[in-house]
Amino acid sequence: MKQFPPSEEVDFLIVGAGAAGGVMAKELSSAGFTVVVLEQGPYLREKDFEHDEIKSSVLSAMTNNLRSQPHTYRKSESGKAAAPGFKVVQYGRQVGGGTVHFTANYWRLWESDFVQKSKFGGVPGASLADWPIRYADLEPYYTKAEEELGISGLAGANPFEAWRSKPYPLPPLPVKSSGVIFERAARKLGLHPFPAPMAILSQPYRGRGACLHCGFCEGFGCEVRAKSSTLGTVIPVAERTGRCEIRPDSYTRKIETSASGRVTGAVYFDQDRREVFQRAKAVVVCANGSETPRLLLMSKSARFPRGLANSSGLVGKYLMVDAGFEAYGLFEHPLNEFKSVQTTRVIHDFYEPDPKRGSHGGGGIDARFDFYPISFAQSGLPKDAPTWGSEWKKMVGHYFTRTLTLLAHATCLPQERNTITLDPETKDAWGLPAMRVTFDFHADDWANMKFLLDRQLEILHATDALKIWTDTTDDVLFPHNHLLGTCRMGDDPKNSVVDRYHRAHDVPNLFLVDGSSLVTACCQPTCTIQALAYRAADHIAEQARKGAI
Amino acid sequence: MSDHRISRRQWLSASSVGAALASSWPEILAAQQHAHKAIESGAAATFSVLRPAEAKEIEALASQIIPSDETPGAREAGVIYFIDRALATFDGDKRALYRRGLAETQAKAARMFGARNIAALRPEQQIELLHAIEKTEFFAQLRTHSILGFFGNPSYGGNRDEVGWKLIGFEDRFHFEPPFGYYDGPDAGERKP
Repeated sequence: MKQFPPSEEVDFLIVGAGAAGGVMAKELSSAGFTVVVLEQGPYLREKDFEHDEIKSSVLSAMTNNLRSQPHTYRKSESGKAAAPGFKVVQYGRQVGGGTVHFTANYWRLWESDFVQKSKFGGVPGASLADWPIRYADLEPYYTKAEEELGISGLAGANPFEAWRSKPYPLPPLPVKSSGVIFERAARKLGLHPFPAPMAILSQPYRGRGACLHCGFCEGFGCEVRAKSSTLGTVIPVAERTGRCEIRPDSYTRKIETSASGRVTGAVYFDQDRREVFQRAKAVVVCANGSETPRLLLMSKSARFPRGLANSSGLVGKYLMVDAGFEAYGLFEHPLNEFKSVQTTRVIHDFYEPDPKRGSHGGGGIDARFDFYPISFAQSGLPKDAPTWGSEWKKMVGHYFTRTLTLLAHATCLPQERNTITLDPETKDAWGLPAMRVTFDFHADDWANMKFLLDRQLEILHATDALKIWTDTTDDVLFPHNHLLGTCRMGDDPKNSVVDRYHRAHDVPNLFLVDGSSLVTACCQPTCTIQALAYRAADHIAEQARKGAI
Repeated sequence: MSDHRISRRQWLSASSVGAALASSWPEILAAQQHAHKAIESGAAATFSVLRPAEAKEIEALASQIIPSDETPGAREAGVIYFIDRALATFDGDKRALYRRGLAETQAKAARMFGARNIAALRPEQQIELLHAIEKTEFFAQLRTHSILGFFGNPSYGGNRDEVGWKLIGFEDRFHFEPPFGYYDGPDAGERKP
C-alpha cells in the first residue's frame, strides 16, 4: 500500500473509512487523485473475525467503546446530560465502519422519500423538508452501488419499489423458516412480502465467494468476505490504485483552515497518541452522523467561531435514528434461525406515510432472528418468563430454535431539538470533548411505531404461533445505530449545511458525505449513504479536474 | 441497573453489561489471549483471582441460576472458571462488586438461615436466598457472567463440552445448507411460498 508522508499535500483527505468513506476512497483514487483515509478504529482482516459473541458483543470489539469514548445523554435541552447506562449511539469503529458488522439490509429509498414535505405537508414540531435532489438523480448511483458492492435481491418482487434501471446483480439468498412463515401469513392478509435485499453474496461474485450461511452476520465481521462491506470490496480496490493510503488508528481531532477560509488538512492522534498534521488540498468527512458534526464543532476557529461549516447553526441538529419495536412468535417445530443471514423476507406495505393514520410515519417490517446464544439467554424470552433457575433454563433450551422476531424499521422525524453537541465537561481518553446526545422521539414517531407494532401482531396472529409477545417501551430506544441528518443537504445555506453535491456551503474545499447528509430518514440507510457517496465522488472528481475546488 | 431484564436492543449495544475494561483492539486481544492461554495450559483447574472458598460460594449461587437438572448446568459448564478468567482479565474492575456482593449475600444467609456458608445450604434455601438478592447489582452481574460462561465461546473457560450450546440446539459451524429449519424444509407441506 502506498504511504504518504503527512507533509505531502494529498489531493483528498478522507476522515472515516466506513460505508461512505470506503466508496469515496475507491472512486477518487481510481479517478487519479492521491488519497489518505484517516480511520479512528483498527484495520481488521478476515482472520480477525471469529464466532465469538463475548469478543464481539461484551468486549465491544467492533464498535465505539464507552470506556475510551464516553458520551453523555439527555432527553431535552432543559436536562443535564449524564453518562448513560447504555450506549446511546453506536457506530462501526474499524476500517469498513458499520458495513463490516451490519446486518446487511440494503433498501433503496422510495421516490416519495425525497419530497416528504411537499407530498405530505409539514408536521408540527418537526422540520420536515424536501431533499434538493430527487430519486431520479440518485437512481444511477443506487444501481452502481448494487453492482460494485454485490447486492442480492429480486427486482420487481416488491410491488411498491421505485423504478430501477437494472435488476439486482445477484439472486436472493435462500429463504429461511422465519421467511416462509412470515410470507405465508402476510399473503393471507393481502400483503406483499418480498425477498430481503441484502449486501451479502448469494453466489460467487467478482472474485468473492458466496455466503456459507454460518449465521454470524449482525454484529460480526464476515470471515469469508461474503458480506459486501467496504472492507471486502472497494477498499482493496482503492489500495491497489497505488494512490490511496488507509491509515487506521488515526483519530481526527481538528480540521485546519487557512486565513482565506479554506481547509488545509487535519490534525489527528496516531496510535501512540502523537499529534500529526496531514496536509490536503480538500477534505471529505465521512465519519457518520454523530462523529462528523462532533468533528466540525471541535474544528472551530476565530474565523469559524460556531464550528466549521456552521454559519447556519445547523451542524449537529435534526439527528434522526432507527426506530421500531419487536414482536415475537414461538413455533412448534425448530426454525433453526441461528443459521444463515438474519432476515430473508420483508414487507413495504406500510412504508409510506398515510394521513389517514393520524400521524406521520411509516416503515418496513421484516422477519428475522438476530439473537446468538448469549443474547438470547439474556433477553430473548417473553417478559413473563422466569429469568433464572430450572424453568428458565428449560425455556431457553426450548425457545432458542423455535422463535422468530418481526421487527419494524420505522421512520424518525427530523427535529431541531435533537442534536449532537460537545459536552462541556466530559472528555474522552484523548482529552477531546465527549459527544453529547440530546434526543427524544416525536409523538408521531411513537404513534407510528405503535401502528407498525399492531401490523406486526396481526401478521403473527395469522401464523400458527403457539405464543406471541412484544418488547416495547415508552422510553427512548437504545442504542441508536443509524445516525442521520446532522449536516443536512439543501440548496439554501441558511437552512442546510452542505449543497446537493455535499460541498459545505461555507467552505469550498470541504465535503461531508455520510448519513449526516440525509434530509429525511426511513428504515435502512446504508444503501442510500453509499449511492450518495458514488454520486458525490463523480461530481467532486469532475470539479477537481476542472480546478473548481 | 438492578433490573437484569434488558431488551434486545440494549443487548445489541455492546456495553449493556457495563463497560468492559478493555477499550481498544490490542487490549481486547490481550484479554482474550490471556483467557485462552490460561485454559490451554491446563491452569483452568486453579483460580487466579477468586480464593477457593469464594469460588465455592459463587459456584453454589451460579449453580442455582443455571442448575444441573436433566441437563448439565453451570457446574458442569465450568462457569466458575469463566468468572475467574473474566475477573482476571476484561472484567477486572468487577472484583470489588463480587467481594462486596458475596459478603452481603453471606450476611443475608446468616440472617435467613443462621449460617453464612452458602454452599452448605440446602438447594431450596439457596434458591430462596437468590430470590432475596434478585434486585441487587451483584445478582445482575452474576447472572450475566453465568450466562456468558454457560453460552459463550468455550475458549474463555466455560461452556465445557459445549453443554450450553447443546441445551439450546445451537451448532457453531462455518457452513450450513438449506433447508435450515422445519418450515423451509420438505416436511412443512407447500414449503416455498
